[in-house]
Amino acid sequence: MEIVPYRFNDLLAIEPLRADEITFLLDQSKPFQEIQRHPLKKLATLRGKTVGLAFFEPSTRTRISFSTAASRLGADTMQLQAESSSLQKGESLLDTVRTLDAMKPDCIVMRHRSSGAADFVARHLEIPVLNAGDGTHEHPTQALLDALTIRDRLGRLDGWNVSIIGDILHSRVARSNIHLLSRFGCHITLCGPPMWVPRELEHITECGAPVRRVSRVEEALDGADIVLMLRVQQERMHEPKLPLDEYVMLYQLTQDRLRLARPGALVLHPGPMIRGLEIDPVVADGPQSCVLEQVTNGLAVRMALLFLLIGHGGEESPAKDAS
Amino acid sequence: MRVVEKTQLMSATEIDRTLQRVAHEIVERSGGTTHLALIGVRRRGVPLAQRIARAMRAIDGVDVPVGTLDITLYRDDLSMVAAQPVLQSSEIPFSVDDKDLILVDDVLYTGRTIRAAMNGLFDLGRPRRVRLCVLIDRGHRELPIEAAFIGRTVQTSDMEIIEVRLNEIDEEERVMLVERVP
Amino acid sequence: MLLIKGGRLLDPASGTDAAREILIDGERIVAVEAPGKIDARSGDAQEIDAAGLIVAPGFIDMHCHLREPGGENSETIETGTRAAARGGFTAVCPMPNTRPVHDNASVTRAILERAQSAAHTRVWPIGAASIGSQGEALAEIAAMQKSGVVAVSDDGHPIATAKLLRQVMDYCRSLGMPVIDHCEDTSLAAGASMREGPSSIRTGVRGMPAATETIGVGRDIQIAELTGCRFHVAHLSARGSLEMVRAAKHKGLTVSCEVTPHHFTMIDEEVGYDTHRKMNPPLGSREDRDALIEGLADGTVDAIATDHAPHEPATKEVEFDRAPFGITGFETALGLALELVHAKKIGLARMVELFTTGPARVLGMQRKIAAGEPADITIFSTEHRWTFRAAESASKSRNTPFDGREFRGGPMATIVAGRVVYRR
Repeated sequence: MEIVPYRFNDLLAIEPLRADEITFLLDQSKPFQEIQRHPLKKLATLRGKTVGLAFFEPSTRTRISFSTAASRLGADTMQLQAESSSLQKGESLLDTVRTLDAMKPDCIVMRHRSSGAADFVARHLEIPVLNAGDGTHEHPTQALLDALTIRDRLGRLDGWNVSIIGDILHSRVARSNIHLLSRFGCHITLCGPPMWVPRELEHITECGAPVRRVSRVEEALDGADIVLMLRVQQERMHEPKLPLDEYVMLYQLTQDRLRLARPGALVLHPGPMIRGLEIDPVVADGPQSCVLEQVTNGLAVRMALLFLLIGHGGEESPAKDAS
Repeated sequence: MRVVEKTQLMSATEIDRTLQRVAHEIVERSGGTTHLALIGVRRRGVPLAQRIARAMRAIDGVDVPVGTLDITLYRDDLSMVAAQPVLQSSEIPFSVDDKDLILVDDVLYTGRTIRAAMNGLFDLGRPRRVRLCVLIDRGHRELPIEAAFIGRTVQTSDMEIIEVRLNEIDEEERVMLVERVP
Repeated sequence: MLLIKGGRLLDPASGTDAAREILIDGERIVAVEAPGKIDARSGDAQEIDAAGLIVAPGFIDMHCHLREPGGENSETIETGTRAAARGGFTAVCPMPNTRPVHDNASVTRAILERAQSAAHTRVWPIGAASIGSQGEALAEIAAMQKSGVVAVSDDGHPIATAKLLRQVMDYCRSLGMPVIDHCEDTSLAAGASMREGPSSIRTGVRGMPAATETIGVGRDIQIAELTGCRFHVAHLSARGSLEMVRAAKHKGLTVSCEVTPHHFTMIDEEVGYDTHRKMNPPLGSREDRDALIEGLADGTVDAIATDHAPHEPATKEVEFDRAPFGITGFETALGLALELVHAKKIGLARMVELFTTGPARVLGMQRKIAAGEPADITIFSTEHRWTFRAAESASKSRNTPFDGREFRGGPMATIVAGRVVYRR
């Protein structure tokens, strides 16, 4: 394993990371996958540390994932939820975050509906900020857990044909995945109705080959090694909203359509799935579907990142035999 | 922090001889090898455990399984670790339940590494017995931990450091006493 | 009495570019002569040494926001005009989006009274085109003009409908006043915070395409042609809009436009999530900027106007999409324009036109340095090196992307109605 020290104080996005840095993060997630298999899953590594969870957008799965990651490492959590937050009463984001910060967490995990919100908060706080999703910009831990899943199932990350299907324009999951996979030479195809897949996405990354755009799902699936299905979101506006029946007719991942992909092609989905909408239930539960591993790997990746960002004292290396 | 080499404590031959002797001792004092297993503590405990296992196979024909344990997650003193601790995986390809475990490490000093190692082991299951085997015991214990099998005991001061260098990791083979220079 | 000596006079109206001395008595210029020719009349005059400097007619900023009445937390007529004077401006045209909206003559009188006692420059207000700028009924345009308004606009929004615009233009043509419009298709602009393009896609910020502005310009030019009214495009930012203005001028229509310093200096790639680079219309693409600079040089653009838009720091220290639009601009405008001159993109005389005769012509006025004219004079250097520091700005607000920028050349002295209102 090549050791590549993480050079940032925060984890805000995949875009600034290099391939070797990403590989190191995935390697460091492996011990945490291992821990999930122990009878006793709880460590005391981050005992005494506190992880602040500031979720300004409703989210059950990601919040529980981060919260569990923190507890399994022995850390405490401080939780802020959008519905019950004082943001409703007009308090600014900065004030809310500063209030949390005054209670001295060791880091803040943040999800917010404005692109750039995590960057904004990181500029104002000393403690590390982990972006759990900012607007339509990035969702870095999702891309990392997707990459770990791919690497475990297929043995490597390099050079695959990846198709991402859905509302790409408004998807932070799509953006983070495009940035990550392009650094490993994957050939990326984006597919969806043209209003959801604008031309500028072709050059969103300077890494690797230009991203391909198609509007027919059959074209996107033909020869794909990995299929990434995006959610049809109710809470973030699709613009324009497409009648759901139209979407199902044109883009649902059915068994027949999946057969167009390479045999054994992986199906990934960030969750939660709406069976019968973007994905056929048989495919969702089939052998090619990786959704449950994605969730387990999500926990491992988030534990690894918390450990990386706050699991240290920051001093110089001591004598070799501090044993 | 600068270090200055003071003396060589063990040569390659002496290391080998010591490990052979320790392997014999373990077999002698274990009352049977059926449940025996070695766990090397990363980093340098690992090649040592492997060599001891090889020696056991040569002596008695016994095949003792070897696992490796990374203790980073179990340390009680992460503030003493480098600004960015790096995790290696633990690989213990057998169940620890009811096993007669020998933890193997290069140097026994304060005892904190071994305490962390035991935390890690007990998260995995319930061994029948755990004993400690080290190449060098340099004293200065801060916890009530003792080794059952010791290669050599060396008196040291706080300014001194014992560097065990093994071919598998350091591409040379000897044990050096070095001193910290202010 | 004031005697300006040793300077180089650049007066676009008379085409003068020569060493001249200028004598001022009270509020008027009384003599403009070659050096040494001004006689003993100047005996007790205060001397201003303009050696190595350019002496120009007083600059006009025909698009700015002074926030008073109603928004005094971010700026007042006094602080805004003080910043304007430091920027070399002798006259400013504040837009009507105050609280209350400047849509009737009593607000005009209130503003001008305040300006009389507190302003450092002349204040020529722009009145609202519609009541409350709501886009429904005509404002008291004639009464406002009588009280001192020089043009109308619903700035902040476009004039809501073609039908209303037509009524406003018909009316203003008879009154001899120009109509200034913030050209925008509101459906394309809704919810957007920057220019749509590769940068907005990367940062996940909703953008508006260049067509947002160009569609508005197209509509307005058609109505201007229909009514024969003088029409001026506010803060033009897109190449397509410029091409339409060029074509309209070619056709002989009285259409004009202004460009802000930030639009001819910065582009969309530089925005990131910096709320001090967020304004409406947003920063354009590289091609837009290059086209705007060409337009400044070839005369398609009539004026440089700052669209100085102060905001309290707390309002700008928020997530990018929630921040209000606008940046300040009085004190950096000339420095940024001189960057174009130094890069040989526009000539010095042309630059002076853009700050003086250009805006004056749009407003139906004169701007020149000659005996009998009002003593409004801008003295500036093309070489003096200085650094702009937001913390030292005379404006109450600090929302500028140019903090710490080093300039070569800038305002040295500003004279309004014969009084020195700024001296470096």
